[in-house]
Amino acid sequence: MNANTVSEIITGILILTGTLFCLFSAFGMIRLPDVYTRSHAATKSTTLGVLCTLFGAFLYFWINDGYVSIRLLLGIFFVFLTAPVAGHLICRAAYVTNVEIVQDASKVYVKESDSD
Amino acid sequence: MLEISLNIALIIMSMSIFVCFIRIVKGPTMSDRVVALDTIGITLIGIIGIIMIIQNTLAYAEVILVIAILAFIGTIALAKFIEGGVIFDRDRN
Repeated sequence: MNANTVSEIITGILILTGTLFCLFSAFGMIRLPDVYTRSHAATKSTTLGVLCTLFGAFLYFWINDGYVSIRLLLGIFFVFLTAPVAGHLICRAAYVTNVEIVQDASKVYVKESDSD
Repeated sequence: MLEISLNIALIIMSMSIFVCFIRIVKGPTMSDRVVALDTIGITLIGIIGIIMIIQNTLAYAEVILVIAILAFIGTIALAKFIEGGVIFDRDRN
């Protein structure tokens, strides 16, 4: 088992995990009933998924080429720093402009599935 | 083997961008659309990371940084516009 196979396995697992997190957050955005819960799904899960993907790319170039890319690390750090701040600002703007909060999400699902 | 998993990852990422696009089209309020646009920007960063591995180049690392900065600035500008109606305040305090 040489370094090439190890890098392929690690990169494949990290990237598939990250993309699955992105897909889960997208379906959370389509299924949740509220701006705040949608932002909860989108911000956390997409940030973690993209961090996993970029870290997989970083490890791929490190193991395969022996090149530590500082710019990729800077991108990882910047996404990790700014995505939750953007989610916080959007949630505060929605609260200031009186977007309504769904109090009990389970009742909304029951009502929607009954009407369908 | 890595090629196949990278192609699957690209397909999954484009599916998640498409689902966010559905939320942009039918979101009831403006905040929904801004959240979905921010998510699309962050997902695009992941797509560029996958394309970097597919093409085996490091030339797109600056693209990741620029898209991250532009998505953040656009999101906070839109949030400030929704909140107060103006982006740049005129008074000092």
